[in-house]
Amino acid sequence: MKAIVYVTIKQSVLDPQGVAVQGALHSVGFQEVESLRIGKYIEIELNTDDRAEAEKRVAAMCEKLLANTVVEEYRFELEG
Amino acid sequence: MRFAVLVFPGSNCDIDCYKAVEEMGEQVDYVWHTATDLSAYDCILVPGGFSYGDYLRCGAISRFAPVMAEVAKAAEQGKYILGICNGFQILTEAGLLPGTLLRNVSLKFLCHDTVLRVENNENPFTKEYALGEEIVIPIAHGEGNYYCDEATLASLKANNQIVFSYGSNPNGSLSDIAGISNEQGNVVGMMPHPERAVNSLMGSTDGKKMFTSILNTWRDRHDAAVIR
Repeated sequence: MKAIVYVTIKQSVLDPQGVAVQGALHSVGFQEVESLRIGKYIEIELNTDDRAEAEKRVAAMCEKLLANTVVEEYRFELEG
Repeated sequence: MRFAVLVFPGSNCDIDCYKAVEEMGEQVDYVWHTATDLSAYDCILVPGGFSYGDYLRCGAISRFAPVMAEVAKAAEQGKYILGICNGFQILTEAGLLPGTLLRNVSLKFLCHDTVLRVENNENPFTKEYALGEEIVIPIAHGEGNYYCDEATLASLKANNQIVFSYGSNPNGSLSDIAGISNEQGNVVGMMPHPERAVNSLMGSTDGKKMFTSILNTWRDRHDAAVIR
Protein backbone atom coordinates (compact mmCIF):
# COMPACT_ATOMS: atom_id res chain seq x y z
CA MET A 1 0.00 0.00 0.00
CA LYS A 2 1.18 3.49 -0.77
CA ALA A 3 0.66 6.63 1.33
CA ILE A 4 0.84 10.13 -0.15
CA VAL A 5 1.42 12.74 2.54
CA TYR A 6 1.01 16.51 2.05
CA VAL A 7 2.52 18.82 4.63
CA THR A 8 1.64 22.51 4.38
CA ILE A 9 2.25 25.60 6.49
CA LYS A 10 -0.83 26.61 8.51
CA GLN A 11 -2.90 29.44 7.04
CA SER A 12 -2.21 31.59 10.10
CA VAL A 13 1.57 31.38 9.54
CA LEU A 14 3.43 33.44 6.93
CA ASP A 15 4.99 31.35 4.14
CA PRO A 16 7.83 33.57 2.86
CA GLN A 17 8.70 31.14 0.05
CA GLY A 18 5.10 31.15 -1.16
CA VAL A 19 5.01 34.96 -1.09
CA ALA A 20 8.25 35.16 -3.13
CA VAL A 21 7.05 32.66 -5.75
CA GLN A 22 3.69 34.45 -5.98
CA GLY A 23 5.59 37.70 -6.65
CA ALA A 24 7.65 35.94 -9.33
CA LEU A 25 4.51 34.64 -11.06
CA HIS A 26 3.05 38.17 -11.02
CA SER A 27 6.23 39.56 -12.53
CA VAL A 28 6.06 37.12 -15.44
CA GLY A 29 2.47 37.97 -16.24
CA PHE A 30 0.30 35.63 -14.15
CA GLN A 31 -1.75 38.37 -12.49
CA GLU A 32 -4.57 35.94 -11.67
CA VAL A 33 -2.50 34.37 -8.86
CA GLU A 34 -4.21 35.48 -5.66
CA SER A 35 -2.22 33.44 -3.20
CA LEU A 36 0.32 30.67 -3.28
CA ARG A 37 1.65 28.42 -0.56
CA ILE A 38 4.45 25.90 -0.77
CA GLY A 39 4.36 22.56 1.02
CA LYS A 40 5.94 19.12 1.01
CA TYR A 41 4.84 15.99 -0.85
CA ILE A 42 5.96 12.67 0.60
CA GLU A 43 5.48 9.17 -0.91
CA ILE A 44 5.65 6.21 1.44
CA GLU A 45 5.52 2.52 0.45
CA LEU A 46 4.00 0.43 3.25
CA ASN A 47 4.28 -3.35 3.59
CA THR A 48 0.70 -3.78 4.72
CA ASP A 49 -2.74 -4.27 3.15
CA ASP A 50 -4.60 -3.31 6.30
CA ARG A 51 -6.08 0.08 5.48
CA ALA A 52 -7.27 0.95 8.98
CA GLU A 53 -3.91 0.05 10.45
CA ALA A 54 -2.05 2.01 7.74
CA GLU A 55 -4.19 5.06 8.42
CA LYS A 56 -3.37 4.93 12.10
CA ARG A 57 0.36 4.42 11.48
CA VAL A 58 0.69 7.18 8.87
CA ALA A 59 -1.13 9.64 11.14
CA ALA A 60 1.34 8.72 13.89
CA MET A 61 4.27 9.27 11.47
CA CYS A 62 2.93 12.72 10.65
CA GLU A 63 2.44 13.66 14.29
CA LYS A 64 5.80 12.35 15.39
CA LEU A 65 8.13 13.37 12.58
CA LEU A 66 6.78 14.36 9.18
CA ALA A 67 4.98 17.53 10.28
CA ASN A 68 5.73 20.06 13.01
CA THR A 69 2.20 20.73 14.17
CA VAL A 70 3.23 24.04 15.76
CA VAL A 71 3.27 25.55 12.26
CA GLU A 72 2.30 22.80 9.82
CA GLU A 73 -0.79 20.85 8.85
CA TYR A 74 -0.85 17.47 7.17
CA ARG A 75 -3.23 15.30 5.20
CA PHE A 76 -2.68 12.01 3.46
CA GLU A 77 -4.17 9.59 0.97
CA LEU A 78 -3.79 5.82 0.86
CA GLU A 79 -3.54 4.05 -2.50
CA GLY A 80 -3.72 0.40 -3.37
CA MET B 1 32.44 21.99 36.14
CA ARG B 2 32.13 19.53 33.25
CA PHE B 3 30.72 20.54 29.90
CA ALA B 4 29.55 18.28 27.08
CA VAL B 5 29.44 19.48 23.50
CA LEU B 6 27.07 17.24 21.53
CA VAL B 7 28.16 16.31 18.02
CA PHE B 8 25.63 15.26 15.37
CA PRO B 9 26.46 14.34 11.78
CA GLY B 10 26.59 17.83 10.25
CA SER B 11 27.33 19.85 13.40
CA ASN B 12 29.88 22.53 12.52
CA CYS B 13 30.08 24.83 15.56
CA ASP B 14 31.11 22.07 17.95
CA ILE B 15 34.79 23.08 17.89
CA ASP B 16 33.91 26.73 18.59
CA CYS B 17 31.84 25.68 21.63
CA TYR B 18 34.60 23.37 22.84
CA LYS B 19 37.21 26.13 22.52
CA ALA B 20 35.00 28.67 24.31
CA VAL B 21 34.81 26.36 27.33
CA GLU B 22 38.47 25.35 27.10
CA GLU B 23 39.46 29.02 27.15
CA MET B 24 37.77 29.32 30.58
CA GLY B 25 39.91 26.43 31.78
CA GLU B 26 36.99 24.07 32.41
CA GLN B 27 36.65 20.42 31.48
CA VAL B 28 34.89 19.74 28.20
CA ASP B 29 34.27 16.68 26.04
CA TYR B 30 32.79 16.09 22.61
CA VAL B 31 29.86 13.68 22.98
CA TRP B 32 28.70 11.80 19.88
CA HIS B 33 24.96 11.74 19.15
CA THR B 34 24.76 7.99 19.85
CA ALA B 35 25.83 8.41 23.49
CA THR B 36 23.39 7.12 26.10
CA ASP B 37 24.84 8.58 29.28
CA LEU B 38 25.32 12.26 30.09
CA SER B 39 25.35 11.81 33.87
CA ALA B 40 28.98 13.01 34.13
CA TYR B 41 28.14 16.48 32.80
CA ASP B 42 26.86 19.63 34.49
CA CYS B 43 26.18 21.60 31.32
CA ILE B 44 25.28 20.37 27.84
CA LEU B 45 25.96 22.52 24.80
CA VAL B 46 23.97 21.70 21.66
CA PRO B 47 26.00 23.37 18.92
CA GLY B 48 25.09 24.91 15.60
CA GLY B 49 25.48 23.45 12.15
CA PHE B 50 23.36 21.51 9.71
CA SER B 51 22.67 18.25 11.49
CA TYR B 52 21.33 15.65 9.06
CA GLY B 53 21.60 18.25 6.31
CA ASP B 54 18.53 20.07 7.69
CA TYR B 55 16.51 17.35 5.91
CA LEU B 56 12.72 17.49 6.41
CA ARG B 57 13.03 20.38 8.90
CA CYS B 58 16.01 21.78 10.80
CA GLY B 59 16.53 19.57 13.84
CA ALA B 60 13.64 17.22 13.00
CA ILE B 61 15.81 14.12 12.63
CA SER B 62 18.46 14.97 15.25
CA ARG B 63 15.83 15.16 17.94
CA PHE B 64 15.45 11.37 17.74
CA ALA B 65 19.19 10.73 18.20
CA PRO B 66 19.85 8.45 21.19
CA VAL B 67 21.59 11.24 23.12
CA MET B 68 18.43 13.38 23.04
CA ALA B 69 16.66 11.12 25.56
CA GLU B 70 19.55 11.87 27.91
CA VAL B 71 19.28 15.59 27.18
CA ALA B 72 15.58 15.45 28.14
CA LYS B 73 16.52 13.63 31.35
CA ALA B 74 19.21 16.23 32.13
CA ALA B 75 16.70 19.04 31.50
CA GLU B 76 14.33 17.40 33.95
CA GLN B 77 17.09 17.14 36.54
CA GLY B 78 17.69 20.88 36.23
CA LYS B 79 21.07 20.61 34.51
CA TYR B 80 22.09 23.50 32.29
CA ILE B 81 21.45 23.12 28.58
CA LEU B 82 22.27 25.68 25.90
CA GLY B 83 21.21 25.20 22.28
CA ILE B 84 22.82 27.55 19.79
CA CYS B 85 21.45 28.03 16.25
CA ASN B 86 20.83 24.47 14.98
CA GLY B 87 21.02 23.46 18.66
CA PHE B 88 18.07 25.81 19.36
CA GLN B 89 16.17 24.27 16.44
CA ILE B 90 16.83 20.77 17.81
CA LEU B 91 15.61 21.75 21.30
CA THR B 92 12.35 23.17 19.90
CA GLU B 93 11.79 20.06 17.75
CA ALA B 94 12.42 17.95 20.86
CA GLY B 95 9.78 19.92 22.74
CA LEU B 96 12.30 21.08 25.37
CA LEU B 97 11.61 24.67 24.31
CA PRO B 98 8.31 26.05 22.98
CA GLY B 99 7.69 27.32 19.43
CA THR B 100 9.72 26.71 16.30
CA LEU B 101 12.09 28.42 13.86
CA LEU B 102 10.78 29.27 10.40
CA ARG B 103 12.57 30.33 7.24
CA ASN B 104 13.93 33.90 7.43
CA VAL B 105 11.39 36.32 5.99
CA SER B 106 13.98 37.52 3.43
CA LEU B 107 14.60 33.86 2.41
CA LYS B 108 18.30 34.70 2.70
CA PHE B 109 20.94 32.99 4.76
CA LEU B 110 22.07 35.77 7.10
CA CYS B 111 25.62 35.87 8.38
CA HIS B 112 26.58 39.08 10.20
CA ASP B 113 26.90 40.74 13.60
CA THR B 114 23.69 41.64 15.40
CA VAL B 115 22.98 43.81 18.41
CA LEU B 116 21.10 41.86 21.08
CA ARG B 117 19.30 43.24 24.08
CA VAL B 118 19.49 41.26 27.31
CA GLU B 119 15.83 40.85 28.27
CA ASN B 120 16.41 38.59 31.26
CA ASN B 121 19.55 38.71 33.39
CA GLU B 122 18.20 36.42 36.08
CA ASN B 123 18.79 33.35 33.94
CA PRO B 124 21.78 31.17 34.92
CA PHE B 125 23.31 31.82 31.47
CA THR B 126 22.95 35.61 31.57
CA LYS B 127 23.37 36.75 35.16
CA GLU B 128 26.65 38.57 34.47
CA TYR B 129 24.98 40.88 31.95
CA ALA B 130 23.05 43.98 32.94
CA LEU B 131 19.32 44.04 32.25
CA GLY B 132 18.80 45.83 28.94
CA GLU B 133 22.52 45.62 28.10
CA GLU B 134 23.21 45.70 24.36
CA ILE B 135 25.74 43.16 23.15
CA VAL B 136 27.19 42.31 19.74
CA ILE B 137 26.89 38.65 18.76
CA PRO B 138 26.96 37.22 15.22
CA ILE B 139 24.14 35.29 13.58
CA ALA B 140 24.49 32.71 10.79
CA HIS B 141 21.23 31.08 9.80
CA GLY B 142 18.60 30.59 7.12
CA GLU B 143 15.85 29.47 9.50
CA GLY B 144 15.93 31.73 12.54
CA ASN B 145 12.51 33.27 12.35
CA TYR B 146 11.07 32.39 15.76
CA TYR B 147 7.38 31.56 15.80
CA CYS B 148 4.88 30.42 18.41
CA ASP B 149 1.14 30.88 18.88
CA GLU B 150 -0.31 33.82 20.82
CA ALA B 151 -0.94 31.87 24.01
CA THR B 152 2.66 30.63 24.04
CA LEU B 153 4.00 34.14 23.43
CA ALA B 154 1.89 35.46 26.32
CA SER B 155 3.28 32.79 28.64
CA LEU B 156 6.87 33.43 27.47
CA LYS B 157 6.39 37.06 28.45
CA ALA B 158 4.57 36.34 31.70
CA ASN B 159 7.28 33.91 32.86
CA ASN B 160 10.19 36.10 31.74
CA GLN B 161 11.34 33.41 29.29
CA ILE B 162 12.51 35.81 26.56
CA VAL B 163 16.26 35.96 27.20
CA PHE B 164 17.53 37.99 24.23
CA SER B 165 15.83 40.14 21.60
CA TYR B 166 17.23 41.69 18.43
CA GLY B 167 17.87 45.43 18.32
CA SER B 168 17.04 45.36 14.63
CA ASN B 169 15.03 42.28 13.67
CA PRO B 170 16.99 40.47 10.92
CA ASN B 171 14.75 37.50 10.19
CA GLY B 172 11.10 38.28 11.01
CA SER B 173 11.15 36.69 14.49
CA LEU B 174 8.00 37.14 16.51
CA SER B 175 8.45 39.95 19.08
CA ASP B 176 12.11 40.32 17.89
CA ILE B 177 12.93 37.13 19.83
CA ALA B 178 16.55 35.97 19.53
CA GLY B 179 16.67 33.57 22.48
CA ILE B 180 14.32 32.00 25.01
CA SER B 181 14.40 29.70 28.01
CA ASN B 182 12.10 27.00 29.31
CA GLU B 183 9.87 27.83 32.26
CA GLN B 184 12.46 26.62 34.79
CA GLY B 185 15.20 28.66 33.08
CA ASN B 186 17.78 25.85 32.89
CA VAL B 187 17.27 25.24 29.17
CA VAL B 188 18.14 28.14 26.85
CA GLY B 189 18.00 28.30 23.06
CA MET B 190 19.23 31.14 20.88
CA MET B 191 19.93 31.72 17.19
CA PRO B 192 22.97 34.05 17.62
CA HIS B 193 26.37 32.47 18.32
CA PRO B 194 27.92 33.55 21.65
CA GLU B 195 30.73 31.01 21.11
CA ARG B 196 31.82 33.05 18.10
CA ALA B 197 32.25 36.16 20.28
CA VAL B 198 34.62 35.12 23.07
CA ASN B 199 37.91 36.64 21.96
CA SER B 200 38.81 40.09 20.64
CA LEU B 201 40.36 38.37 17.60
CA MET B 202 36.81 37.30 16.70
CA GLY B 203 35.56 40.90 16.67
CA SER B 204 33.59 40.73 19.91
CA THR B 205 33.98 39.32 23.40
CA ASP B 206 30.35 39.92 24.34
CA GLY B 207 29.46 36.22 24.26
CA LYS B 208 32.00 35.31 26.91
CA LYS B 209 29.75 36.27 29.82
CA MET B 210 27.30 33.51 28.86
CA PHE B 211 30.00 30.96 29.58
CA THR B 212 31.28 32.68 32.73
CA SER B 213 27.68 33.19 33.95
CA ILE B 214 26.91 29.51 33.80
CA LEU B 215 30.24 28.59 35.37
CA ASN B 216 29.76 31.01 38.25
CA THR B 217 26.11 29.98 38.74
CA TRP B 218 27.25 26.39 39.02
CA ARG B 219 30.14 27.30 41.35
CA ASP B 220 27.82 29.28 43.64
CA ARG B 221 25.35 26.43 43.90
CA HIS B 222 28.03 23.79 44.18
CA ASP B 223 29.94 25.60 46.93
CA ALA B 224 26.74 26.37 48.78
CA ALA B 225 25.83 22.70 48.69
CA VAL B 226 29.25 21.74 50.04
CA ILE B 227 29.01 24.19 52.94
CA ARG B 228 25.60 22.82 53.94
